[in-house]
Amino acid sequence: MAELTYRDAVARGIAQEMERDNDVVFLGEDIGKAGGVFKATVGLYEKFGPLRVRDTPISEQAILGAAMGAAMTGLKPIAEIMFSDFFAVCFDYIANEFPKSRYMTNGQVKCPLVVRTGNGAGSRFGAQHSQSIENWAMMIPGLKVVAPSTPLDVIGLMAAAVRDPDPVIFFEHKSLYATKGEVPDGEIVDTLGTAKIVRPGKDATILALALMVPRALEAAERLKAEHGIDVEVIDLRSLVPLDTQTVLASVARTHRLFTVEENPRLCGWGAELVSIVADEAFYDLDGPPVRITTPHIPLPAADILEDLALPNAERIADRVRRSLEG
Amino acid sequence: MAVAKNKPASEPAAPSRDAPGIAEFSKEQELTSYREMLLIRRFEEKAGQMYGMGLIGGFCHLYIGQEAVVIGMQMAIKTGDQVITGYRDHGHMLACGMDPKGVMAELTGRTHGYSKGKGGSMHMFSVEKGFFGGHGIVAGQVSLGTGLGFINHYRGNDNVSLTYFGDGAANQGQVYESFNMAQLWKLPVVYIIENNRYAMGTAVNRSSAQTDFSKRGLSFNIPGIQVDGMDVRAVKAAGDLAVEWCRAGKGPYILEMMTYRYRGHSMSDPAKYRTREEVEKVRTEHDPIEQVRARLLQKKFASEEDLKKVDAEVRAIVNEAAEFASHDPEPDPSELWTDVLR
Ligand SMILES: Cc1ncc(C[n+]2csc(CCOP(=O)(O)OP(=O)(O)O)c2C)c(N)n1
Ligand SMILES: [Mg+2]
Repeated sequence: MAELTYRDAVARGIAQEMERDNDVVFLGEDIGKAGGVFKATVGLYEKFGPLRVRDTPISEQAILGAAMGAAMTGLKPIAEIMFSDFFAVCFDYIANEFPKSRYMTNGQVKCPLVVRTGNGAGSRFGAQHSQSIENWAMMIPGLKVVAPSTPLDVIGLMAAAVRDPDPVIFFEHKSLYATKGEVPDGEIVDTLGTAKIVRPGKDATILALALMVPRALEAAERLKAEHGIDVEVIDLRSLVPLDTQTVLASVARTHRLFTVEENPRLCGWGAELVSIVADEAFYDLDGPPVRITTPHIPLPAADILEDLALPNAERIADRVRRSLEG
Repeated sequence: MAVAKNKPASEPAAPSRDAPGIAEFSKEQELTSYREMLLIRRFEEKAGQMYGMGLIGGFCHLYIGQEAVVIGMQMAIKTGDQVITGYRDHGHMLACGMDPKGVMAELTGRTHGYSKGKGGSMHMFSVEKGFFGGHGIVAGQVSLGTGLGFINHYRGNDNVSLTYFGDGAANQGQVYESFNMAQLWKLPVVYIIENNRYAMGTAVNRSSAQTDFSKRGLSFNIPGIQVDGMDVRAVKAAGDLAVEWCRAGKGPYILEMMTYRYRGHSMSDPAKYRTREEVEKVRTEHDPIEQVRARLLQKKFASEEDLKKVDAEVRAIVNEAAEFASHDPEPDPSELWTDVLR
């Protein structure tokens, strides 16, 4: 058992898979010698050498295209897109190539690769370096989408993603890199498509992802301490595949549903979750499902505005309380 | 067109043998360039300090070392010409004549920043001053700058677009889509590649198969030259040549500015990928401001006393900007929802 930062967990997760399988290669901008712009890949270049850990030019299209070409023919690349906002620069591969490979080739061509990326806000980087775009990935049929919130999940889900036969988009949250958690020694392998109940409760279900998980947990503690409201918090961890069973079972117990999303409001992942619950468990609900999201705006650089934009514990707690009391 | 041979990243910037002859500056020009470069230098030093004090957050990419590039180019253009660049943009804005107070207040995220604090260091604009950003997506501005050239072409005026980007950005695909389009349509765009030898932690020879960026337009028949970007006179001379080419309707031109950034990529970069000696060598042998200073004194265009006065004036402007940016009110929460759509 050791205490590890989320950042160090990324390097450990990648190292675990590269040690296990020589066909796992890692490529991206400044990931090798420099150890990554968020210092999440320190030591990999030294350990695995320049053939397997490749610093690339600033060429996102070529990074993802080359990763796919190699994946089609037997390698298992992990490609880094430094900030998730830059998905827009190389979206052709994400939207048109990876996810269609299996389908359009009668299953001949597989695309077993992982794209890992720094997602989310909190660092005052402004509109082009702060977005939460997990919903951009979720909307594309043929992609798997995960977003861990703890160091342990980073390692386990990274292993699951690398071993998965399909393209997996792996969202790391920039504001979680410095957070810490206990991690057991030895190999860690998790399962895609499994949500975790991170706090059991009986009065309402809160679904959260990535940075919104610790914020939802803090809100839950406040609600309990200040109002005696006992909410269940579920870390979804994976949007595709989606663990609807855990979600529906929770709603069946608590009868209320809240989502806490960092992505902008329209077409955020919570809308999909609410729709699924409305479809499948409408009569379990004692009140309207409520989505707590970042407003539908570009993100501001100024600290006070950025803080206002993102859901925080206070806003979550307040919204849940008003809703339950109302 | 013959082009100077490749220079490894570890060599100091040297003028290309193809660059136009360096015309001596008049007293007026020497003094103006000195003052303007010094303003950028002091402004950036102050921004660095304020970042250290926590008054500025997020990213902050300083332009220290590269001042001669924007100032020399600015001396080659006229009103109505457009300027666009990436995120290392403070120097470009000051060179365009934007108010240091407004720029600094944007860095501190305040109400009277150029984007009301919503843009931050990487995203500022002044349509009035012909400055079109301030872009965070590496090389995104290259196609936008091509579009600025397109409107000049369309309107039939003789304005040009100065489109700046880095050595790292030069490896993005849209750069070449833009080159092709600009040459095909004979758009008046000066593509200025600021080769400061690094893209974040990556030296040019680790990222580029062709490290002579002036050649990057060859297959499109776009002329290009390497320029000593540490010598403001060389920049101005090359700028004149390129701008004249564009104004005459001959299409785009590429200027590779051999330059150097003294500081890390951004405030959070300790720059461990290069030696102190490398930085020191450029500073002592090629500093753009020291070069002008030495000439001013040597040619007796100015005395030490005169230069001290300039220094004091520049410091006063920067201090005023810092003061303003520290006390300007934070943006009102309602600003979250303004300027999203009309
Ligand atoms: C599309 C995209 N990819 C990557 C980045 C991250 N990034 C920001 S600056 C930079 C280096 C750019 O270097 P260069 O073009 O040489 O400009 P310099 O910083 O030296 O001025 C990188 C990789 C980005 N902002 N946008
Ligand atoms: Mg550079």
